[in-house]
Amino acid sequence: MRYHPHTPGDVRQMLDACGVASISELFRSIPAKLRLERPLDVPAATDEVSLLAEFQRLAARNRTEHPPFIGAGAYAHHVPPVVDQLLLRGEFFTAYTPYQPEIAQGTLQALFEWQTFVTLLTGLEVSNGSMYDGASATAEAVLLATRATGREKVVVSGALHPEYRKVLATYLASTGDEIVTVPYGQDGRTDLAALQAAVDDRTAAVVIGYPNFFGVIDALPEASAIAKRAGALAVSVTAESVSLGLLQAPGALGADVAVGTFQSFGNGLNFGGPAPGFLAIREGLIRQMPGRVAGATIDRNGRRGFVLTLSTREQHIRREKATSNICTNAGLAALAATIHLSLLGKGGLAHLARLNHARGKQLRDAMKKAGFGLRFSGPTFNEAAFDVGDAEAVVERLARKGIAAGVPLSRWYPDDPAMKGALLSVATEVHTPELIELFAQSVRG
Amino acid sequence: MANPTGWKPSMEKGAAPGADALDTGLLGATRGLAMEEPLVFEQGSPGRIGVSLPPVPAGADPSAEIPAALLRGEIAGMPEMAELEVVRHFTRLSQWNWGIDTGFYPLGSCTMKYNPKSSEALARLPGFAGAHPLLPGSMSQGALELIWKLERSLSEVAGFPASVMSPAAGAQGELCGLMMIRAYHVARGNPRHKVLIPDTAHGTNPASAAFNGYSTVTLESGPDGRLHPETVAKAMDDDVAAIMITNPNTLGIFESHIAEIAEIVHAKGGLVYGDGANFNALLGVARPGDMGFDVMQYNLHKTFATPHGGGGPGSGPVGVAEPLIPFMPLPVVVKEGETYRLVTDPKERPQTIGKIREFWGNTGMFVRAWALIRELGPEGLRRVAELAVLNANYVRAKLVGHYNLPYETETLHEVVFDDKLQKDAGVTTMDVAKRLIDHGSHPPTVYFPLVVHGALMIEPTETESKETLDQFVAAMQAIAAESKTDPEALKGAPRKTVRARLDETRAARKPVLRWTPGMKVE
Repeated sequence: MRYHPHTPGDVRQMLDACGVASISELFRSIPAKLRLERPLDVPAATDEVSLLAEFQRLAARNRTEHPPFIGAGAYAHHVPPVVDQLLLRGEFFTAYTPYQPEIAQGTLQALFEWQTFVTLLTGLEVSNGSMYDGASATAEAVLLATRATGREKVVVSGALHPEYRKVLATYLASTGDEIVTVPYGQDGRTDLAALQAAVDDRTAAVVIGYPNFFGVIDALPEASAIAKRAGALAVSVTAESVSLGLLQAPGALGADVAVGTFQSFGNGLNFGGPAPGFLAIREGLIRQMPGRVAGATIDRNGRRGFVLTLSTREQHIRREKATSNICTNAGLAALAATIHLSLLGKGGLAHLARLNHARGKQLRDAMKKAGFGLRFSGPTFNEAAFDVGDAEAVVERLARKGIAAGVPLSRWYPDDPAMKGALLSVATEVHTPELIELFAQSVRG
Repeated sequence: MANPTGWKPSMEKGAAPGADALDTGLLGATRGLAMEEPLVFEQGSPGRIGVSLPPVPAGADPSAEIPAALLRGEIAGMPEMAELEVVRHFTRLSQWNWGIDTGFYPLGSCTMKYNPKSSEALARLPGFAGAHPLLPGSMSQGALELIWKLERSLSEVAGFPASVMSPAAGAQGELCGLMMIRAYHVARGNPRHKVLIPDTAHGTNPASAAFNGYSTVTLESGPDGRLHPETVAKAMDDDVAAIMITNPNTLGIFESHIAEIAEIVHAKGGLVYGDGANFNALLGVARPGDMGFDVMQYNLHKTFATPHGGGGPGSGPVGVAEPLIPFMPLPVVVKEGETYRLVTDPKERPQTIGKIREFWGNTGMFVRAWALIRELGPEGLRRVAELAVLNANYVRAKLVGHYNLPYETETLHEVVFDDKLQKDAGVTTMDVAKRLIDHGSHPPTVYFPLVVHGALMIEPTETESKETLDQFVAAMQAIAAESKTDPEALKGAPRKTVRARLDETRAARKPVLRWTPGMKVE
C-alpha cells in the first residue's frame, strides 16, 4: 500500500519497542464485545489505474460539456489555470490552521490579504478569515445582529436566496428568534412598504440580497435606511460576488454587515462546494464577530508578521460562551479567491464585472428576440428570470441536448402563480455570444 | 522601494542565531533561502494586469440600466500586478509555510496524514469540478451516485443505518447532530435543557451545545483519564438531552465504559453524541454505532485524508442511529432502481430539521474521500487504524522518561505528555514546541486538552515511516536534555524560520486586520 510505509521488519521492531507481541494487543483497551469481528462491507481495494477509469466513468455521468446557464447561487466563471497551480503547492494545501505562526506566515499573510480584499469589495472595515458558505454566513450575520442589538426578530426579504433562508431558519430553530419574511414586488425588488411595516423596535436585522435571488439589484440603500431608523442592522447578502466589481459597495449603501460567497473568484462549481463564504462588518461589531481572523504584529526582531488574533471570542478559548462554534472554515477556497483577485486586480475586476453585465444584457436581448420577456422589471447584473411558459418543460427539453437551461423559480415559490413560467438563467464570461444565441433559440424549441 | 515588512540587513546580526542555526536539525532542518515578500497591496504598478479576458462588447453601458447611485468605478487600493508577480508572491508565501508535504506534522487530534495526490486529479475531472449543483437529475447522475456510495460506506464504517452528508466541517456536523437531537426531544414533547460534556472535550462541543440553546454540564474524567459510569449516573436526569463523548478521547484513551455509559444515558431518555475527530483510531476495528452512539460526525479532512487546506474546507458528514433518521436535514440522496435522486422537499421528510448548508455539502471533498476508501478497501481501512495506533505507541514508548506522561493508561492513536520534567529549568511546553521547529518538525498540539497543564499532544498518523518517527523521537529527546543544560537555547527558538516568535498580545491589543494605504506595524 503506497500510503503505508511500514515493512514487516519495521512493524516487528516497533512492536518490540512497545513491549507487545502483536498489533491487536495495542487495541486491548477496547472491550472484546465492542470490536468488529468481520471485515468492513465496503468495495474491495483497487489500484490507481482502475481508480482513474472508475472515476472517469462516474464523472462522465455528469453532463458538463457546455457551461451551465444555471446560476442561483453558484456561478460558472473562468478560473485561470495559474490559480489552481499555485493552490496545489503542498505547503498551502497540506497545512492546517496556523497555530504555530512562525511556520505558517504564508497562510497568515494570505488570510490577511483575503480579509483586505473582502473589505475593499464590500466597503466595510473588518472581515473574518472566511465562513463555510453564503448560507451559513447569512445565519451567522443574523445571530451577530441579535447579540449586538439584544433583539430577537429578523426581517428577511422574500427575494433572498431560498436556500439561505432555509439554512437561516434551521440555525434559528433553537434560539426562539422570530423570522418575518416580506414579499417582493413586480420589479423583483423587496417590497419596501411591506419592509417598513415589518421593521420595528424589536428588529435585530434586515436581510436583503444584493443582487437578490432573481438577479435583480435590490433596494439596498432604502432597506438599510429603514433598518437604521429602527436601530436594526442592515445585512447585505451577495452570492454573485463578481457584481461587486460594478455595483456600489454594500458598506457605502448603508449595510452594517455584508455576507455571501466569493465562489465566483477562483473556485469552480464542484457540485456546490466547497466555496469561500465571507463575512464583513463595521468596526464597532468586532467583538461579536464569529470565526477566525488574522492580524498584523511584529516578531522579536521587530519585523512585521501575522498571527491569528482576537481569539477570546472563539470556541477553543470561550467554549460555551463563544460567538460561534465555527473552527475549520474554508481556508483553501478563500486562498483561491485571493489569488484570483490578485491576478484580476483593479482593472481586471472592473473588466470582468462589466463583461458579465454585458453578457447578461446579451442574454436578455437574445431571449427577447426569441420571444421571451423578463419576469421582473428591476435592473439586473448577469442573471435574470424569463417568462418561458412552462419552465420545467424547457429545462427537461434542453437537458436532453446536454444544456443546463436554468432553474424554474416555481420550485421555490410554489404559491406564487406568477412564477409558473419563470426560468432563472445566467450568462457570464464563459458563455460566448454564439452560445447565448443558440441557447435562446433552443429555449424557443 | 518601500520596506513594508520591516526587514533590515542589520537584523541578521542583531538576531544572531548562534552557531546552532547553521546546524542541521535532527529531522534535517537547515536555513533555506526565504525571500521577504510584501502584501499584494504593496506592490505592482498602475496599469498592470494578471488576467486575459474576452473584450467587453463595444457600446456596453451599465449606466443605461442601473441607477448611477448603485454603480462604482475601479476600486481604490486593489493591486495591479502582472501574472509573474502574482506567481512569485504566492510561491514565496507558500515557502513560509509548513505542510504535511514539507515534513512531519504530529498535530494531535487533527490527524495530519498524507493527502493523496491522485485524489486531487480525480476531483479535478471536468465532470466533477464543472458540475453545477442545480443540474437536473438526468445530468448529474455521476455526482449523485458518488454521494450515495460514499454515504453507504461511511455508514458501514461507523455502524450507522444512515448519514447526513451536507455539513461543511466537523463543528457544523456537531451543530447538525445536536439539532437532530433537539428535534427528537421536541417531537417527544420536551426539548430538555442540558448537555453533558467531559472535561477532555474539544471546545467546539460546548460551543455547539450552546448554539442549540443548551446549557452544558462539565463531567470530570477519572484519574485514569476515562469517563466513569458513576460520574455520568450522578449527572444524568430527565432534563439531559445528550452526552457528547469523543472516543478515543483527546488523551488518546479509549472510553472503555462507553457501552455502560450509553445505557445509563438511554435509560433516562437521553442520547449519545460522538465527536468523530478521533475516528482514525477505530477504522475497521470497532464501530461507534455498535457502542451505543446515536450520532457522530466524521471529519473527512482528518480520517479520510481530504486536505486541511490551511484551515479548511473541511467536510463533516454525520452518522445517525434509527431514531434520528426522520430528523435528518435535507437533502438526502436515494437510489430508486438504477437512478439516484436528491430528496429536497420537506413533504417527503416532514420531521426534517431543515437545511444546514446551501446545496448538498462539500461534494468536492466527497470525491477525494471516496477515492481513498476505494483505494484502501476493507483491509486497507483497518490497516489505517492499526498503523496509526502502532506509530503513536512507538513514539510513546520512546519518549517515556524524557517527558512526563500524566496518564499512564493505554492509548490508541495519540499520546499526551506534559512539561512537568522541564518546568524546574523554567522550560515550558511552548519552548519545546518552538525548539522542535528548528529541528524540522511541526510541533504537536500544545496546551490541549485542558485537563493536562502544559499538554503536548502527539498524533503521528499511519502514513509516517519508522525513520521519521525515530528522527522526531531523537529531536524530542535532545530537547529534553537541552532543557537541563541550556534552557536559554530553547527560549530563543525558533531561529531558522522567516520570523522569530511573534507578539500575539500586541496583535490583540491594537488590532490591524486589513491593509490600508501607508499601513505601518512597528
